[in-house]
Amino acid sequence: MPDVISVSGLHKSFGRTTALDGLDLSVREGEVHGFLGPNGSGKSTTIRILLGLLRADRGFAAVLGRDPWHDATDLHRQLAYVPGDVVLWPSLSGGEVIDLLGRLRGGIDEHRRRRLVERFELDETKKGKAYSKGNRQKVALVAALASGAPLLVLDEPTAGLDPLMEEVFQSELTALKAEGRSVLLSSHILSEVERACDRVSIVRAGRIVDSGSLAELRHLTRTRVRAVLTTAPTLQEVHSWRGLHDTVVDDTELRCSVEADHLGELVAALGNRGVASLTCQPPTLEELFLARYQAQPDAGGAPPSRSTQEQPV
Amino acid sequence: MTAATAPTHHIAPTISLGTRLAGFSHLLRLAWRRDRILIPSSVLGLVVLSVGSAQATLALYPTDEAASTGLAGVLANPSVVALYGPIAAQNADALAVFKTVMMGAFLTAVLGFVVVRRHTRTEEDAGRLELLGAGVVGRWSALAAAVTLGTIAVVAASVLSGLGLAALGMDPIGSVAFAVSWLAAGLAMVGVAAVVVQLASTTRGAAGLGFGFLGAMYALRAVADSADPGTLAHGLGWLSPLGWSGRVEAYGANRTWLLVLGVLTLVVGVAAAVVVLNRRDLGAGVIPARNGPRRARRLLAGPLTLVTRLARGTILGWTLGMILMGVVVGSLLGSVNDMVSDPAISDLLEKLGGSTGSVVNVYVATEIHFVAAAVAAAGIALVLRIVGAERSGLGEVVLSTPTSRARWFGAHVVLPVVLATGLMALTGAVVGLIGPEVTPEAPSLGASISATLAALPAIWVLIGVAAALAGALPRFAPLSWGVLLVTFMLTELGRMTALPSWVLDLSPFTHISPLPSGSFEVVSAGVLTLVALALIVGGLLAYRLRDVT
Repeated sequence: MPDVISVSGLHKSFGRTTALDGLDLSVREGEVHGFLGPNGSGKSTTIRILLGLLRADRGFAAVLGRDPWHDATDLHRQLAYVPGDVVLWPSLSGGEVIDLLGRLRGGIDEHRRRRLVERFELDETKKGKAYSKGNRQKVALVAALASGAPLLVLDEPTAGLDPLMEEVFQSELTALKAEGRSVLLSSHILSEVERACDRVSIVRAGRIVDSGSLAELRHLTRTRVRAVLTTAPTLQEVHSWRGLHDTVVDDTELRCSVEADHLGELVAALGNRGVASLTCQPPTLEELFLARYQAQPDAGGAPPSRSTQEQPV
Repeated sequence: MTAATAPTHHIAPTISLGTRLAGFSHLLRLAWRRDRILIPSSVLGLVVLSVGSAQATLALYPTDEAASTGLAGVLANPSVVALYGPIAAQNADALAVFKTVMMGAFLTAVLGFVVVRRHTRTEEDAGRLELLGAGVVGRWSALAAAVTLGTIAVVAASVLSGLGLAALGMDPIGSVAFAVSWLAAGLAMVGVAAVVVQLASTTRGAAGLGFGFLGAMYALRAVADSADPGTLAHGLGWLSPLGWSGRVEAYGANRTWLLVLGVLTLVVGVAAAVVVLNRRDLGAGVIPARNGPRRARRLLAGPLTLVTRLARGTILGWTLGMILMGVVVGSLLGSVNDMVSDPAISDLLEKLGGSTGSVVNVYVATEIHFVAAAVAAAGIALVLRIVGAERSGLGEVVLSTPTSRARWFGAHVVLPVVLATGLMALTGAVVGLIGPEVTPEAPSLGASISATLAALPAIWVLIGVAAALAGALPRFAPLSWGVLLVTFMLTELGRMTALPSWVLDLSPFTHISPLPSGSFEVVSAGVLTLVALALIVGGLLAYRLRDVT
């Protein structure tokens, strides 16, 4: 299956600031792809290049197999976008904006529009100026979701929504996926990403530091282990176990984090020595992201020791 | 749970004034910091308006005798009185401020209103007052700071203008009265603004109420001033703060005591505002925000209809303004011959308009330059909306749909070009309909419309300048206003001074055909049109190639 979004080696600078520094990204057809990264890491710049609003300095970008800069207009017939900070025309009502955007995109599904307005409990008669942040977001979401576009680009779409509305958004996202539509979802809300996304890409300082399914990402990260042994281990013994980090030995107790590839070895070795109690804890999503957000680009996503010490095991 | 039934919505009367005004001085300083450009430049503009115009008029009519010849034509025309108010007396000083008393009082009132609104409803609407209100800030503090700053702005503009006029050597008591004529209207409007920002629940709503009130007060005094003294209609003028401005009669009766009416309105307005303020929630108003339609009209479906819809109010305003302008110019044609019986003045007019022929035609040609400058300003403002949309993020919303950059850019050029054409034709038509009624020398309807339309290529060039800047260098797009100002001044003032002709030729206004009496210069019009086209196309090409941020 071809990728709906395919980006490689994308560079973009604004004056002396480098926004994108060789970014790669691929979104497969029919998947919901999470796009994660700290503020200022280049998510919105990437999205703007994919929309043809900005022109990349170097690198390759294709959306639905086309050049987003040259074929922007045609491409936008098959794409719906919700900006991160939704602005509406102060003098137009929400209903007017939804209709306008729908018509600019070449038509709107009336049935879907009505259903979405009801589900999101949107008051369409209010004017742009009178909406709260969450309600402005609902207007943009209804307009985007009601379009039949095969690709949706959503830049932090739920930042202003209350939990109930976020739930509605999640179920709409599931419905989109069932229809075979593709979504690029930039987000900060990890639970949302975990529930909705098939794959994620984590961007930091204008580069992708990790990309894959959540299971794959977890696999690359260390598991924390706390074991109470029947007898205190010798230092030599502990050093002979491979893949251990942040190791602390306190009499009979061993605390460490272990690389995923060596977890089995360690558990087997501990079993041979005799274990009184053993807990293994896979990294939480938050740790996964914190590790990637904070890591140096060349550190390969190793979690910093700070986080393992702070967290009670 | 008996406590829940206790009334909690009344403000406890024991709250001290100090508590209610807590943070007042901080808010006042913050407001001043934000307005340190707006207020001084507005005040300066108003002072230049009054003093500069007085100086220019005194140069033309230096003596009371010369003034009363000029006055004869002015006073004979009811539409002039309706526009500017009555003249205070038959002397040079009164003539020198004849136009600026009413115009300045109106603008001073606008300044007072805008300052008050900026620091009350606008802040509340944007949610910033909530941020401040959560700190140690009393309930009345924002209103008090806004009213104080508004009053300071109004007083500064009025008093400095009065001082400036006295410095020109004009009658000192009359100059005090002049200051009072602006103060009365300005202070009253600060009081009205205090109430209006409590009533409306949005910034735009407050603007609608405030400017609506000001417009109604202007219309009321226009009717009253046109009526014969002693009639009921004339008496109604006392209800309008702008009516007071005229009735001060600076350099005539000098009714400085009318200041009391302005101060009284201010005090009553602030008191009423406080009463409303004590009863309403933060963010709410008495008049709720009006809702819009649930569905968009069928027409709202493309960039051009969107841009037009968003400019609806502006288009209506300009249309009414140009009709008014046409009425004034058209009805003045009857008294042009009286006004310019002095050969020096007809010579000056010929230079300004670049046209010869009958005095009436020369006058029309001169006025067309002013009309063209005003219409060009309308066009520039509409073109620059594309830059505003880019800045706010609305451009991104439209451009992420299948709307091409060319169509989005095109919409922002087509609307101003069409509007400019319509406004020029409209003004020409009004002049051509009214002119022949007042004097047989006036150009016919057809000649009048042709004359105004002949100025279009120059307007298109200025629209083109704005389009080129918006397309290529959006950050510098506001320079379009500077280009308009400089080119206009170059032509209008350059002809009176000894500037080399190639400098004058840089301005599109220089190349406007001197109709109705001269001939239509096809080459000039053609070259201007080509230049405009080149600027627009250049802007579009640049817009298609650059990042839209």
